[in-house]
Amino acid sequence: MHTRKTRRARLVTGALMALTLTMTAAACGGGDSDDETADGKIKLTVATFNEFGYEGLIEEYNAMQDDVVVEQKKAGTANEHQDNLYTKLAAGSGLSDIEAIEVDWWSALMEQSDAFVDLSDPELDGRWLDWKTEAATTPDGELIGYGTDIGPEGMCYRADLFKKAGLPTDREEVASLFADWDSYFEAGRQFVKKMPKTAWYDSSGGTAQAMINQTEYSFEDEDNNVIAADNADVKAVFDTITANAADGLSTGLTQWSEDWTASFQNDGFATMACPGWMLGVIEGNADGVEGWDIANAFPGGGGNWGGSYLTVPAQGDHPEEAKALAAWLTAPEQQVKAFEAKGTFPSQVDALTDPALTGATNAFFNDAPTGEILAERAEAVPFIPHKGPKFADINTAYQQAIQRVDEGKESADEAWQSFLADVERLG
Amino acid sequence: MTLDSPSVTSVEDGSDPSPIGDTAALAGARSRAVTDERDRRPSSPFRQRLSRLDNRLSPYLYVSPFFLLFALVGLFPLLYTAFVSVHDWSLLGGQGDYTGLENYRRVLEDRYFWNALRNTISIFLLSSVPQVLIALVLAGLLDTQLRGRTLWRMGVLIPFVVAPAAVALIFGNVFGDRYGLVNEALQGIGLEPIKWHVNTLASHVAIASMVNWRWTGYNALIFLAAMQAVPRELYESAAIDGAGKVRQFVSVTLPLIRPTLLFVVITSTIGGLQVFAEPRLFDTQGLGGSDRQYQTLTMYLWELGWRVRDLGMASAVAWLLFLIIIVFALVNLAVSRRFGALGGRR
Repeated sequence: MHTRKTRRARLVTGALMALTLTMTAAACGGGDSDDETADGKIKLTVATFNEFGYEGLIEEYNAMQDDVVVEQKKAGTANEHQDNLYTKLAAGSGLSDIEAIEVDWWSALMEQSDAFVDLSDPELDGRWLDWKTEAATTPDGELIGYGTDIGPEGMCYRADLFKKAGLPTDREEVASLFADWDSYFEAGRQFVKKMPKTAWYDSSGGTAQAMINQTEYSFEDEDNNVIAADNADVKAVFDTITANAADGLSTGLTQWSEDWTASFQNDGFATMACPGWMLGVIEGNADGVEGWDIANAFPGGGGNWGGSYLTVPAQGDHPEEAKALAAWLTAPEQQVKAFEAKGTFPSQVDALTDPALTGATNAFFNDAPTGEILAERAEAVPFIPHKGPKFADINTAYQQAIQRVDEGKESADEAWQSFLADVERLG
Repeated sequence: MTLDSPSVTSVEDGSDPSPIGDTAALAGARSRAVTDERDRRPSSPFRQRLSRLDNRLSPYLYVSPFFLLFALVGLFPLLYTAFVSVHDWSLLGGQGDYTGLENYRRVLEDRYFWNALRNTISIFLLSSVPQVLIALVLAGLLDTQLRGRTLWRMGVLIPFVVAPAAVALIFGNVFGDRYGLVNEALQGIGLEPIKWHVNTLASHVAIASMVNWRWTGYNALIFLAAMQAVPRELYESAAIDGAGKVRQFVSVTLPLIRPTLLFVVITSTIGGLQVFAEPRLFDTQGLGGSDRQYQTLTMYLWELGWRVRDLGMASAVAWLLFLIIIVFALVNLAVSRRFGALGGRR
């Protein structure tokens, strides 16, 4: 009995091995390449999130040359895009030929700079604002990403609701209400007294984000030590925002949630911090709503929220072609067109004086001269806040703590304590 | 290896007169193997040898693709995950030092692990229990002489065909805290709106209803298949004995589909403990709410792996989850054994 078993086992093993070999051979033979189209052109993919305004540009690029066919992959949110990016970076394959990267995640990925192609090119020196390029340059002098847009913030507001609440509606007059955070919140208290069903701003998280972005060192110091727990500025923003929520200034919703999107259609709030790229988002969510306008002012002077880079992952098959495409997409002329399409504000020096940009108006925002306003808002940005490798993680915990207070799950004190525990946990 | 083996009913080596059915075929194959052994001659011709080899090997060969694939996509990841879990391993940085059980210790000390375990079990109970019960009743109703039977039977499968992401999108609108369909209806009849995303139990109910919506019809079809195998005469005699429809269902149908019941309970336990897409897509952040009130174990695993980028800890969670599922499956098995689901006739 025993010998029979072993003999059988041997046979089975042999058969399994034979079958495995057959299957492996079949798998190898069956592979066909997906980076070429039927007529032999190279296929390049560009992965972006939210709205980059690239649809028209990609058509234009496809029409103007015969070697490459470009396709865009759009993710709904930056988070979703980021998860995909991490997963495929870790796996070592599967990324698009060009991957957009949002500035909040930038420094975590800079630590993996080997995974990206060095894009430095003497011809492109001076194309971008200095701080935009500096942030994308490794200590060894490699340029990892080409800047796309920046996020100089203006303040968007609903002139129709302002009128109902007895506030000024004219762009210039409104600007004085938004001179600093105190006057902005004070106007909000007046507003919600008259209009109790409408909040003053869209979300606590978005407003806190705007304030954090005006803090040079918020969660990490210049050596990337975590200082979130002891930083008085971080605590001050937290206290202000949670106190405002208690006064009814906030919708209490989180940005990008279904309720938040729906609140654009329900007079849910009257103002929101809006970087250039947010204009397209507002226009989409508030489709059919009349009364939106944008003031040439931002509490606390100026601020930058977001903005992205295009990178070329080293794992791609066509780095040269991808690099050429990325350079073309981020050229001033193209970024001005992206701005016209979706309001993403260019990071290129020449684009800032382009008449197409400075003369741009936006019909949805009551024909506001958005180009001129955002260019001035960009000049008002005093510095770019430092965001180390842990910024995004700590910021998520910070936003969650604020959300817990909004939702009434915790008091402000409890939420702060649990935020501290979260920071501790992230190490 | 040739595949044109003699069919199972071949009587080449004088096997027993074959009864019908696949159990009989198996028995035939078994007895053939025995006779085979007995008949062996030292100088048997090559053909005979080959056919004997064929007889013995073919069954293994036929099932081998599954096990090969399992080894490739099941066993290997399982073992590799165990390997990762005892190392310091970052998502982007890759393998670090060997750390023994350090990752497990850190996971077990993390309050969010226990929180996720509680949520998982709560969502599992809220989904699996009603799911199996409703599926049973639904199957019982479908097992009657309805007009357009096929239409109804296929109809219950439609939710299963819809992608979970689409389900989450639809239910996201239904269970919106402020502008959701359910809350607007509640307010319409003068009730307080429910904070579906804030209240822990409410969020579990909302997520469980997504899971149920998707899986109830699927389970009902499996039950239906089992119910159709129940001999109709039993119902006739029960009816003659004066049993009503409900009594027939409880005393005839249920005992006879017990093995299927066990199967569905075990598969829905495994699925329920791994629930991911529905709670993950219940909000846009994907961390299970501001207080992680609906973060499940798989979401916790994902957070550790992809947000905190610590694959070592994430792998430790994966193994703990694996062990938890085994424990649950064993408990299920023990309970069902007690009720005689497997102990009876086979």
